[in-house]
Amino acid sequence: MTLVLTGCVQSQRDDTDTGDGDSAAPSDVNSTFVFASSSDPSGLDPAFANDGETFRISRNIFEGLIGVEPGTADPAPLLAEDWTTTEDGLSTTFNLKSDVTFHDGTPFDAEAVCTNFERWFNWTGIAATESLSYYYGALYHGFAGDEDALYESCSADDELTATVTLTRPFSGFIPSLSLPAFAMQSPTAMEEFGADDVGGSAEAPEYSEYAEAHPVGTGPFTFDSWSPGESVVLQAYPDYWGEQGQVQEVVFRVIDDPTARRQALEAGDVDGYDLVAPADTAALEEAGFNVMQRDPFTILYLAFNQQVEELQDPLVREAISHAIDRDALITQVLPEGTEPATQFIPDVVNGYNEDVTTYDYDPERARELLAEAGYEDGLELTFNYPVNISRPYMPNPEEIFVALSGQLEEVGITVNPVSNEWVDYLDLIQGSADHGIHLLGWTGDYNDTDNFVGVFFGSQGNEWGFDNPELFQALAEARELPDFEEAGARYQEINEQIAQFIPGVPLAHPAPSLAFNERVISYPASPVNDEVYNMIELSE
Amino acid sequence: MLRTIGRRLLLLIPTLFGLTVLLFFWVRALPGGPAAALLGERATPEAIERINEAYGFNRPLPEQYITWLGKLVQGDFGNSIETRRPVLEEFMNRFPATIELSVFALIIAVGIGVPLGYWAARNHGRWLDHLSVGASLLGITIPVFFLAFMLKWAFAVQLGWLPTTGRQDRGVDATHFTGFYVLDGVLTGEFDASWNAIVHLILPAVALATIPLAIIVRITRASVLEVVNADYVRTGRAKGVSKQIIRNRFVLRNAMLPVVTTIGLQTGLLISGAVLTETVFAFPGIGSFLANAIFARDFPVLQGFVLFIAVAYALINLLVDISYSIIDPRVRIQ
Repeated sequence: MTLVLTGCVQSQRDDTDTGDGDSAAPSDVNSTFVFASSSDPSGLDPAFANDGETFRISRNIFEGLIGVEPGTADPAPLLAEDWTTTEDGLSTTFNLKSDVTFHDGTPFDAEAVCTNFERWFNWTGIAATESLSYYYGALYHGFAGDEDALYESCSADDELTATVTLTRPFSGFIPSLSLPAFAMQSPTAMEEFGADDVGGSAEAPEYSEYAEAHPVGTGPFTFDSWSPGESVVLQAYPDYWGEQGQVQEVVFRVIDDPTARRQALEAGDVDGYDLVAPADTAALEEAGFNVMQRDPFTILYLAFNQQVEELQDPLVREAISHAIDRDALITQVLPEGTEPATQFIPDVVNGYNEDVTTYDYDPERARELLAEAGYEDGLELTFNYPVNISRPYMPNPEEIFVALSGQLEEVGITVNPVSNEWVDYLDLIQGSADHGIHLLGWTGDYNDTDNFVGVFFGSQGNEWGFDNPELFQALAEARELPDFEEAGARYQEINEQIAQFIPGVPLAHPAPSLAFNERVISYPASPVNDEVYNMIELSE
Repeated sequence: MLRTIGRRLLLLIPTLFGLTVLLFFWVRALPGGPAAALLGERATPEAIERINEAYGFNRPLPEQYITWLGKLVQGDFGNSIETRRPVLEEFMNRFPATIELSVFALIIAVGIGVPLGYWAARNHGRWLDHLSVGASLLGITIPVFFLAFMLKWAFAVQLGWLPTTGRQDRGVDATHFTGFYVLDGVLTGEFDASWNAIVHLILPAVALATIPLAIIVRITRASVLEVVNADYVRTGRAKGVSKQIIRNRFVLRNAMLPVVTTIGLQTGLLISGAVLTETVFAFPGIGSFLANAIFARDFPVLQGFVLFIAVAYALINLLVDISYSIIDPRVRIQ
């Protein structure tokens, strides 16, 4: 019985493998690449998305004006070959790549660029809320009619030259264009399938036909099908302007459960998956799987809520900083490739300060400072952390908590652990003052300093619970500096300012891990997840 | 009989109405809302406020409840916040997968559980009996997700006999129209597709069947033991009634009443068991979708799905009650 069964499953797998025969790839290579994603995409229109699983798919279908230098977080030419920004930082003229077509045959030109910019700017109603257009709303400060809106106009100067004008300078403008949310989409397809017809009522928006089944971009893969809960399938785009690569078909299989993803890889049902648990990497490597680390573009921190009286005392904040042994934390519980953090941005980000004030591990000094602050008999603090969640910057919060609380107890701080499920946790940290020291972090979206420190310390919030108008002001000004160098120098000062203020302890820059079948020889692992599958190399 | 069914169906209405109240306020009492889940680390109080405003989540709860109920009676269950598709559509797309899985699990649980329980009772006190009691105790206590991972590890990862996840391989020629993949293949003559779907069902169905199977073994055994020693069985034997008639009409039929009740109850529980099993096997049914909806605080999905499941559960119980009156004439007279 079992033998018959084996034979049957096996033969069907082989059918799948050789099913799409008309490929350019060498005939002995199975050109279907199967990746296990952790959920369905939230939709197929990246302009209406802000989650990693949607973007993972979008990056293969769509391209933006700006791309990313492979393996780094730096902006690079993509659909725009080059660009110039006026002295005042307001207008940027893009020279576009020629002979590029969308998957539906529509030529990519300056008109198409402006159609996309105008589309974002003119959203109204539910389309103009964070539940759909998170990135546009957040980075461009609103839509047509909003007084504060950053976008002014777009003009098609000639077929391959487009100029975008802003109402005030924005230093993150160019790097942010590498986000899939700002990818170029086919004007014809958007029109035909009503991309902006977010149907239903305001209270129950429905995606457009475009976002459900007809995404059209310029990327190396075209959309084939989406079976919700099961998979999304892409096919190679034969008229792609760039390198086609070996992969002819991409299947994103939805597997919610992390252990199930690992088992699917081990059984050969998928070729790879993301966010491998640190505890699994060694075993997978031993079993012959390729485990890769992205260069870290993350920050994990221990935050202080200054609504808590004890934490208002800078001496206490400094003491806790000295109590933390980052190296021990990293070797004990964080993935290989993780870097210790001295500030709240990774070192590749503009404005990283090499000489920033640091508070090295020194338990003796920590005890002294606590005594000086009047806590010689010990200090009691609530320590909040989330459970059953894995984030790129925080693969295993439970273990991180155990390691850190041990270090704190060491210097005489008594920790009251409070753990919550992820959404409850976020609600507690961001929506109330009812928390103490806590774990959180960030994965950079693109290479912009404001995308890190601006997000954390740009305004008064529940998470940190402090009011520091000086810092808020400095960040608001830095955000609008058009000159890269000047902005870098300013952000270096800000990073020092933050280090002096000690809002929390920057712990580490964890490196997210991916695991692949051994037939995957190379994968374009990217710190900002700019991973396009035409760059994958397969051996069999 | 029809009147009984009619009355039961009418009784369902107030039950469901009460459930909508409980469900609505329970779901809204969950900490964190869909906006927090949607935005994650990127949430700011202003953004959450704007989203809640757009969806109407910041209006007074009774008002929200009445709006929801008003749409509900018109057959509008709202849209999923995560997928933006109508809740009813999402349910209908996924329910066949869960039914298929549950039916397979039930076939395994009943097909093995009843004979095993009967057999254990007939060998009462011998080692076979002890073995089956011990095994069923293990079946009840073992956590489903642990069992599921172990089954997968053994039969999919190590031996490679069965797939780890999914409902059907891509590349199999399959036409889908009922949503039941096994049935689709049979109806269209695509037997390969049916077989492929069955292969995908084996591990999740076994995992899902374990607890009901163990319970059915125990109930059947206890029930048979009781009936076997009843006076009328002894009388029948004394009168020289044939062994077969004693077994089928005297023992089994009477022993089946509690077993059928158990099967009915377990069928309802299969749906909740499916939440775990489907997640572990990435099986695209209502269970895995519901699990995600809880994490995402997808209010309309939680409210709609639980309501649908309650209706399904009530209907199953009705079927169980009807089957009583077929098995036991005494119930009919009452």
